[in-house]
Amino acid sequence: MTEQLKMDAPATDRRLDGMAQGLVGAPLDRPEGPLKVTGTATYADEYRIENLAHGMLVRAPGNSGRVRLANREAVAAMPGVLAVIHDPRLLRNPAQGTANKAPVQDPNEAHYLGQPVALVVAESFEQARHAAQSLEIALEGGAPRPVDPETAAYEPQPAKGVDQGDLDDAMAKATHSIDVTYRTPSHSSAPMEPHASIAQWEGEDLTLRGSYQMLKYNRNELADALGIHPDRVRILAPYVGGGFGSKLGLAPEAVAAAIAAKETGRPVSVALTRPQVFETTMRRSETRQRVRLTVDPEGRLTGIGQAALVSNLPGEVFSEPVLQATHFLYAGENRRLSLDLARVHRLCAGSVRAPGEAVGITVLECAMDELAEAAGIDPVELRRRNIPEKDPESGKEFSSRRFREALDSGAEAFGWKDRPATRSRREGEWWIGYGMASAARINVLKESRARVTLAPDGTARVETDMTDIGTGTYAILGQIAGEMLGLPRESVEVVLGDTDLPAAAGSGGSWGASSSGTSVYVACQAIRAQLAQRLGVAETDLTLRDGQAVFDNRTESLAAILNGDEIVKEGHVLPGETSKAVRQATFGAYFVEVAVNGVTGETRVRRMHGSFAAGRILNAKTARSQCLGGMIFGIGMALTEEMAFDDRDGHLANHNLAEYHIPVNADVPQITVELLEERDDWASPLQAKGIGELGICGAAGAIVNAIYNATGVRVRDFPATLDKVLAGL
Amino acid sequence: MRPFDYHRGTGIEDATRAAAQGSFIAGGTNLIDLMKLEVMAPERLVDINRIEELRGIEATDGGGLRIGALVSNTDLANDPRVRRHWPVLSRALLSGATQQLRNKATTGGNLLQRTRCLYFYDRAMPCNKRAPGTGCGAMEGVNRILAVLGTSEHCIATHPSDMAVAMMALGAEVEIVRASGATERLPLDDLYLLPGDTPERETVLAPGDLIAAVILPAPVEGRQAYRKVRDRASYAFALVSVAAVVAVEEGRISRADLAFGGLAPKPWRNRDVEAALVGQSPSEALFDRAADILLEDARGHGDNEFKIPLARRVLKAVLADLTTGAAA
Ligand SMILES: Cc1cc2nc3c(=O)[nH]c(=O)nc-3n(C[C@H](O)[C@H](O)[C@H](O)COP(=O)(O)OP(=O)(O)OC[C@H]3O[C@@H](n4cnc5c(N)ncnc54)[C@H](O)[C@@H]3O)c2cc1C
Ligand code: SF4
Repeated sequence: MTEQLKMDAPATDRRLDGMAQGLVGAPLDRPEGPLKVTGTATYADEYRIENLAHGMLVRAPGNSGRVRLANREAVAAMPGVLAVIHDPRLLRNPAQGTANKAPVQDPNEAHYLGQPVALVVAESFEQARHAAQSLEIALEGGAPRPVDPETAAYEPQPAKGVDQGDLDDAMAKATHSIDVTYRTPSHSSAPMEPHASIAQWEGEDLTLRGSYQMLKYNRNELADALGIHPDRVRILAPYVGGGFGSKLGLAPEAVAAAIAAKETGRPVSVALTRPQVFETTMRRSETRQRVRLTVDPEGRLTGIGQAALVSNLPGEVFSEPVLQATHFLYAGENRRLSLDLARVHRLCAGSVRAPGEAVGITVLECAMDELAEAAGIDPVELRRRNIPEKDPESGKEFSSRRFREALDSGAEAFGWKDRPATRSRREGEWWIGYGMASAARINVLKESRARVTLAPDGTARVETDMTDIGTGTYAILGQIAGEMLGLPRESVEVVLGDTDLPAAAGSGGSWGASSSGTSVYVACQAIRAQLAQRLGVAETDLTLRDGQAVFDNRTESLAAILNGDEIVKEGHVLPGETSKAVRQATFGAYFVEVAVNGVTGETRVRRMHGSFAAGRILNAKTARSQCLGGMIFGIGMALTEEMAFDDRDGHLANHNLAEYHIPVNADVPQITVELLEERDDWASPLQAKGIGELGICGAAGAIVNAIYNATGVRVRDFPATLDKVLAGL
Repeated sequence: MRPFDYHRGTGIEDATRAAAQGSFIAGGTNLIDLMKLEVMAPERLVDINRIEELRGIEATDGGGLRIGALVSNTDLANDPRVRRHWPVLSRALLSGATQQLRNKATTGGNLLQRTRCLYFYDRAMPCNKRAPGTGCGAMEGVNRILAVLGTSEHCIATHPSDMAVAMMALGAEVEIVRASGATERLPLDDLYLLPGDTPERETVLAPGDLIAAVILPAPVEGRQAYRKVRDRASYAFALVSVAAVVAVEEGRISRADLAFGGLAPKPWRNRDVEAALVGQSPSEALFDRAADILLEDARGHGDNEFKIPLARRVLKAVLADLTTGAAA
């Protein structure tokens, strides 16, 4: 039944190119789109379940001390209150992506302000919220905690770094060099749908309707947190209103809802309020990055240094992988990359919107802009001259890389040749400038499974616990199955988001589409093989299209071939040798025009272009939308987004969307996206790589570089808010 | 949200009587948010939305407008008379919040919206305005959006309204019906109190006192501008804003009605600034002098220090715009 593919060798047969249905790559609409825009797609907390009770989490008002519920009895006696829960299994920290086991638990001691320490359950949401707000949390015996990453103790992360050649020597000998320090603040994932879970027990079996990105891991995390067997847990998440990393791992509401449902004997919903989304789910770590770059007289990099400081709570293993793509983006024989992890009592740091590259490449690309200026070389040209032949650290070949083409084609499409000299173009009050940056993101394939059923009537069903977090999974899995089986898109049903279905890779790290797509492909291949066998032809001689099989100059309908039978196959893909044999990554380039107000320092992005190469594009529309989203968050990162922490107690001060500024429509200009044709045989048999995060991996750098070109002001402290620009105007 | 009584006001008298122990609710766009957080917890809500006398925009005998307290921000911004004669008000309104919020937000509610100070919104934090005597969390904390003028050692909150800044520059008055039934007209400037030792007291209104209307005086000669500086292009409160009505006659400034947002605990008007400008020929030196007077007592608290030079730049740019041919 199960067909397995371990990706040990490149898939040079490129079977998708020979298929006849014409679905893969087509810019098809998302089939569930109408449900979403009409509000009829049911999200986690929208199920009307009989006898549903509501829980509200209660936060620690400080960052240290033993937690005591000072007026527990009084709160328990409030109208509608069913339970006040202070259970040792409540999560202290959310789970890191792919943790696969319970994160840190225990609400008995405060570690950061905002940490969940109790849950109040009541008949109505309003009663629960009021009772939760009435619960007084006393913190006893606390001591001052380090909250500032730049002064806190830190742990070097040698496994993340490299020390090759002699960077100091390169600095001393360089024709041109720069040595600059940048800072990026913490970012919040800010998904549109706040995290919410409804837990329901039947005997010892738990069903959780949640909003999660990686169900197979989430199931294990939830089971482990509750101390039960994973077989007892079913998670349903057919629709997820955005995650951006914050729904990779389990968040506190899921465990709280499960405990409360058990204790009260009723289904319980726990929805996070917007401030709780900010305070109890992952933040991206702030970073301090010192970058040193050296070039020879020809503008070839001789040295690259990037020393990053990031932070997390004590005990958390995640360290923002700032250096991830610096390892291979540019040539340069002397390389010193290092990462230090400071231990602070701010809310938990984890994966948010392209962990690593989003901040690491952004800063590297700002530094490259400074180097281009110092060396008197055009920024695009500087990058072109430094594209390494092979991975400059491991010596491995690149699996595919249309980086140079992205630079050239993007520059052409944008009109880069008209870039003004620094601080030279003015329109009224506004300074106009151009900026560019490279895009780079590692590519990953993960184990994934899917079941495909070809029904006797010649329609198909794809089933997997994969999620669609707004990215287009429903669309592309249907396209892949339709392509392989020769069915119109409408004849393929896609069922997702249910842990009873074959376990998928989940949505994260940009690997969802290629991993789960490959599992569907593998299952379809097996179905094709069986059809071919029935017809007595070689599978490769079989053309499937519009529900018909064409072979040996004959045409027969699938229904006739199936003759009342169904064919069910499970596809199972595993990463293999190709992940290690070559360097796999996606590349691109951003080009931006900004206007900076000469009076106020306000920056407005006027236009933005991105050229990207990410292997085979599975759906030109959803791929473009992913790139647009990334670039828009790039605008936020460049200009407005910043989690503002209070230096005294480390608490997040701006925990709402009124004061944590993600871009609004008026901030977003015309954006154009070019997707370059590419096939990556090493990445997957689809020849597709991940594209979800590529759009943000450097985008903010292009904007800040454009601010420099417009005004001559280098902002090295993100975001480039008007006060920082003004200081140099 | 704490449980509360709900009373639907049937008329002004009924409403003011009922609100003696409670709060009026108009659009609810600010009050409900604060109630959800229990930053505000009235025992009773008196809904004034059905009171017809509070609706409508009427011309006054003096050539001005009487704007009912329930007129929505959207309706006021789009009123043809406002657009023609008081464009600074229309622009200020349209620069605020979002379309959805402006559809709900009312004239009275907008005047009385509370500060956006982050510590005011968080009950785990000290805040003299929310919980008198607990201290001011913002003073040495995150205070980028807070005030540099008119503050006290107890509170540095800003009044966040855009509309009120324009109204202040236009010399608007508020019509108040006291809980006792008495009706009064107050200059808008006199509605607001500075924090001093009692930041919890923001206006001269006592419980049950109702804003019935805002009166705009007759339009005056001059060009008008509302300039709002903010962190993103829309849907953000002002870091600094300037409302201005400026006229030039025979090369000399004959009118300079100016009000400022984002700088102070109330929409800020300083008559000394205006006096320094009127009668003078426009020049950069003159505008600098005006800014000197405006910002003489300005004091930053770290994050928000940038507002002082920013206010100077914006004031000068607005004055330059309105006194030379360029469109505002
Ligand atoms: C996310 C967000 C962004 C915003 N951005 C901006 C912005 O950029 N610029 C801006 O100016 N505003 C902005 N606003 C604020 C908005 O303008 C106010 O919330 C709105 O004007 C309040 O009007 P309301 O009718 O909803 O007031 P309500 O919330 O109903 O009431 C506010 C207060 O006024 C009292 N009140 C209301 N009417 C009367 C009356 N007639 N007499 C006496 N007391 C009364 C209430 O008791 C309450 O205390 C924003 C709001 C939000 C939520
Ligand atoms: S500035 Fe005013 S509102 Fe803000 S914390 Fe201080 S006292 Fe409270």
